[in-house]
Amino acid sequence: MTSSLERRKALYGNDLACYERMVEIREFEKITNALFAAGSIRGTTHLAVGQEALALGMASTLQPTDVVAGTYRSHAIALALGLTPHSVLGEIMGKATGCCGGVGGSMHMCDTSVGLLPTSAIIGGGMPIAAGAGLAFQVQKSKNVGVALFGDGATNIGAFHESLNLAAIWKLPVVFVCDNNVYGEYSRIDKTTPIEDLHKRAESYAMPHMAIDGMDIHAVRKGIGEAVERARSGGGPTLVEAKTYRFSGHSRADQALYRPEGELEKWQKRDPLLVTEQDLIARKLVTQEKIDQIKSTMESDLAALAKKVENDPEPQLSAMFSNIWTPAKAGK
Amino acid sequence: MTAMRVRQAIVAALADEMRADANVIFFGEDVAEAEGPFKTSEGILEEFGPIRVRDTPISEMGFTGAAVGAAMMGLKPVVEIMFIEFLGVALDQVVTEAAKTRYLSHGTLSVPMTIRASVGSGLGFGCQHSQTLEHWFASTPGLKVLMPSDAQSAYSLLRAAIQDPDPVIVLEPRILYAERGEVDTKKIAHIGKASMRTTGTDLTIVALGHMVNIAEEAAKAAGVSADIIDLQTIIPWDRETVLASVKKTGRLIVVEEAPLSGGWGSEIVATVTAQLFSSLKSAPFRITTPDVPVPFNGGLEARFAPTSEDVARQIKHALTQSGAPQPWWVAEGVAK
Repeated sequence: MTSSLERRKALYGNDLACYERMVEIREFEKITNALFAAGSIRGTTHLAVGQEALALGMASTLQPTDVVAGTYRSHAIALALGLTPHSVLGEIMGKATGCCGGVGGSMHMCDTSVGLLPTSAIIGGGMPIAAGAGLAFQVQKSKNVGVALFGDGATNIGAFHESLNLAAIWKLPVVFVCDNNVYGEYSRIDKTTPIEDLHKRAESYAMPHMAIDGMDIHAVRKGIGEAVERARSGGGPTLVEAKTYRFSGHSRADQALYRPEGELEKWQKRDPLLVTEQDLIARKLVTQEKIDQIKSTMESDLAALAKKVENDPEPQLSAMFSNIWTPAKAGK
Repeated sequence: MTAMRVRQAIVAALADEMRADANVIFFGEDVAEAEGPFKTSEGILEEFGPIRVRDTPISEMGFTGAAVGAAMMGLKPVVEIMFIEFLGVALDQVVTEAAKTRYLSHGTLSVPMTIRASVGSGLGFGCQHSQTLEHWFASTPGLKVLMPSDAQSAYSLLRAAIQDPDPVIVLEPRILYAERGEVDTKKIAHIGKASMRTTGTDLTIVALGHMVNIAEEAAKAAGVSADIIDLQTIIPWDRETVLASVKKTGRLIVVEEAPLSGGWGSEIVATVTAQLFSSLKSAPFRITTPDVPVPFNGGLEARFAPTSEDVARQIKHALTQSGAPQPWWVAEGVAK
């Protein structure tokens, strides 16, 4: 079986592999949605449809030794960073085969072999953690970078201000990536935030900042690459605002009936899959026929996986009592 | 009497208080236009308008603190915290500011605010969205902490909370939002007064929130005659009712949906043991969750909070033996 790290390494310098992973995420979320609707998934789930280019742009730019602190909407970034569909779906379905052994659920992805720290279900929860990872890298004199991935809504929580300020004064090797998908839970950004260009908030921390087209993997790579390079070379943190769009509701409970008419349709023309397909076809890296084949193969592979995962073992009762504390070292 | 769901009883209580007192305002994340993620504010914006009913940014410290300030200036704000864990980032404003304002103003200022928050396990929301966390507040003098167990108490407690002159936290078991019950809208609770769910002679069971329902099922399954006390207020708790009941039955079990260590039930057991030592027929004890985060997996989560089967087992033990029984995870050899 392919490891997370092998899946991650397959992305570097391979635009077709990145596209295939984007298709994987899209099809994965369709299946997640269907399983939830069928009652096979408990609780809640937050889909990342439309945010595939940001995930892949990050995963193919960051090194596996860089770390990412993400959110409850993390299926896309988890798959992009290398987690297998089996370990992600296993977790969403609460199976022992999940990346957290089934005790975490849809909002809690983690795989340290590819740098994914436990994702937080609290808005802004990962931002000071990413700064802290950067602090460790600075103290350890390593070249690694800490990355916080968060939504537009998180820029209104205290952790945003505090972690950006701290990272700026200590010049920490951190990249703050704001996935501005226009909606914070059920509210459009203009109802909760007085400005639309969130990256400009970095100016009050004298921090470099930029807006990038989050629907275009090349634009993401360029922006993230510049920020990562600055961080690695001791230049301190950057706030990168990726302009994306949340194609689904906030969570499965939300049908997103509040969208202005035509907004979704407008953004669907900038669907990251579509944008990537046009690019790959123009560069003659792929044909429409091949694209259709990739999609249908992925769809059937994931459907088969879902059937398999449904029959995966449940965690043992003892899993409930595991990993509360770190075991004492021998001899102590 | 009107039949309504728990979430509708909450809406009704809020609306009745807003009609009765123009100082009552209401805000939180997606509570106005979207009418609340759990539909606990249906129709509130429509009836009371955008000056009194507001959506907030995702800024719990900011808007909870704004409620503290507005309350000091004479309004009666009600804020909704979607999941109790989200109050973590606003804890300073609650325990260090709101709870100390009366004290630090030498009695010249009050903070008549209400914080409503959904709590509890059982719905697969994972360990960062499923705790009850009443112990965060139970040892903070200056706060009052309430928890309803059904539609009637959801209505009566919220009205009492909004009318109260001090900061009150109402912890709403999320698992009950869709449950139906009869509600008498003339009944307003007395904060600090417990409610008797059933009366009996064999033993006293003290519980809170959804655990009251579990205790009632368990007593029925065990075939015992129990005083089931729905505590409703954690601080200040109703010593008089609990002591009178245990004095009568001689046996006490507390059922809590909270970790074994540091729970409010310890306070009840300690008080009863100290005051009624010579009247006890068996050791008072608590039935709690284990000291673990709430697991996501359905099978595991079903074992997390006390179940009616397990409570029934421990009730039987209490009636036949003088010492306390072991919790299930010890009895089954799963953990120490």
